[in-house]
Amino acid sequence: MKKFHQYNIPWFELIFTALGSSVILFVIAPLISMVFATSFTDLTKTAADLQVIQSIKLTLMTAFFATAVSTLVGIPLAYLLARKKFFGRSILLAIIDLPIIIPHSAAGIALLTVIGRQSFLGRILGTGLTGTVAGISVAMAFVSLPFLVNAARQAFVAVPVRMENIARTLGASPSHTFFTISLPLAWRGIISGMILMWARGISEFGAVIIIAYHPMTTPVMVFQRFNDFGLSYARSVAVLLILICVSLFIILRFVSKPKDGKSINA
Amino acid sequence: MLELHSISKTLGSFVMSNLSTKIDNAEYFVLLGPSGVGKSVLIEIIAGLTKPDKGRILWDGRDITLEKPELRGFAVVYQDYALFPHLTVRQNITYGLKAAGCNSKKIKTRLKTLAEMMQIQNLLSRQPATLSGGEQQKVALARALIVEPKLLLLDESLSALDINTRLKLRKELKQINRELNISVLHVTHDPEEAMVLADRICVMLDGKIRQVSSPVSLFRKPSDPQVASFLGIRNVLPVAKAQKGLCHTCEKNIYVNSADNSTSHIWIKPEEILLSASPFDSSARNQFKCQVVEIDRLNSLLALHIVSGKLPLTVLITYTSFNKLKVEIGKEVYATFKSSAVHCF
Repeated sequence: MKKFHQYNIPWFELIFTALGSSVILFVIAPLISMVFATSFTDLTKTAADLQVIQSIKLTLMTAFFATAVSTLVGIPLAYLLARKKFFGRSILLAIIDLPIIIPHSAAGIALLTVIGRQSFLGRILGTGLTGTVAGISVAMAFVSLPFLVNAARQAFVAVPVRMENIARTLGASPSHTFFTISLPLAWRGIISGMILMWARGISEFGAVIIIAYHPMTTPVMVFQRFNDFGLSYARSVAVLLILICVSLFIILRFVSKPKDGKSINA
Repeated sequence: MLELHSISKTLGSFVMSNLSTKIDNAEYFVLLGPSGVGKSVLIEIIAGLTKPDKGRILWDGRDITLEKPELRGFAVVYQDYALFPHLTVRQNITYGLKAAGCNSKKIKTRLKTLAEMMQIQNLLSRQPATLSGGEQQKVALARALIVEPKLLLLDESLSALDINTRLKLRKELKQINRELNISVLHVTHDPEEAMVLADRICVMLDGKIRQVSSPVSLFRKPSDPQVASFLGIRNVLPVAKAQKGLCHTCEKNIYVNSADNSTSHIWIKPEEILLSASPFDSSARNQFKCQVVEIDRLNSLLALHIVSGKLPLTVLITYTSFNKLKVEIGKEVYATFKSSAVHCF
């Protein structure tokens, strides 16, 4: 009969697989348990609730608006950070990551001092952006912008500088090179960043509730229903929101998958 | 004509200092040097992709040091070809003409001419990732040539190819240079490639130009021992003492034609050393009894490493001579060479 040590058990793989599985379980267990705890009737009732539909529409729209505007200003920044070496670059990189580090409720308070009624901007305009759709978008953009800028920066870094150099020596201006070489080669990474930012904007609660309790985004509605009516009322809205976020992540994985022959490193 | 005047560039620990040279119109100029010597940096400086710290670049007498790369009309082909992976071969080749806003008729005509010349008509609809190394190189060349560049800059462009493709493309490059009358600056670390292609070779070592001359005179008269060593030249020996007509090296006296007090090294040309089984009378003044210590088989010749006391020599002989002399390791042979076979540095 074989002794125990003669079985040649792959301990390394076994231990790492066990540890890795616990992480996956930790992420999906609460989500699956919540979905199964919600009855289909509750879910359809919630999906037909006008307030919920309006709230989901508002959330998707404000997150989209935040992403669209951030993309316009974030891509040039990401490109500069990917290509140029300049004094203070590492400080700029740290500043971009700040919204990830600071508590989002604190981010909301910070934003109030810039776009609230009592802020400099609020006094000039006669009203602030608190309680407005624009205010919600600003809050979403503030906390989710790092995801877009970092993804776009990494995508530009992955484009070999030599490709741009060749384009320039063939007679292309810097802007022509950017739009015909750099951007098309980085677009997959940029789209991933945009979807990540959009999804992160949708799920934002801390900063948004400080800027606008009304109009009510879906994460705020989950909180409000939990407070006012209890777990079962909040849960069905939460499940709907999670289904939307998961769908977005599936799209993200799909579009960011490189096709053969078109990858930069091919 | 391209003129470089005192070009200097420092990048981290790398220093290129006071580099000056000229490339004539329609000349095939090869910049030869080992890796990391700054050849690629120089290519990028000439192309306008990197600014020099000091110095001036002139094209036909006009200062272009600060001119943008897209206005210079110098096309670059890199070692890894850098084809645009998201574009087809056709789109890659026509990129420059489209960037210049040329009409579709001109683009079509130029594409047809270039594709026929480079024999890549069948590749036009393919994606770059599906091409072989040689095909990618041809596409990269066609993409560079379609804009009718004033100067073609080739950065180790043949290095990644297998030997047969490399030999074929060497011929094509030389043909392009002659037929299109285009100036070429070709950067390489391969002395043989430089020898085959160049009208003139510029040897660059440690960020400095050490010698510019025709291939024949470079290999016949390298300017110093470091250049000779880089060129793979054998039998370069340090001189302990030199006087007129005589050098003392490796504890032997060697008769030379042109030594003086400043001679620090000599080069005994291997192909001019005569090998024999016994001593013989001749006008050659240098004759040494040697022992064979190593035999290297080359393509068509053999390199025999022999020693006479502390004097090491390498001799190139044919397979016929090798068999005739019945050479084997440890065998005693006589090496004879004229004083004119010794080059003094």
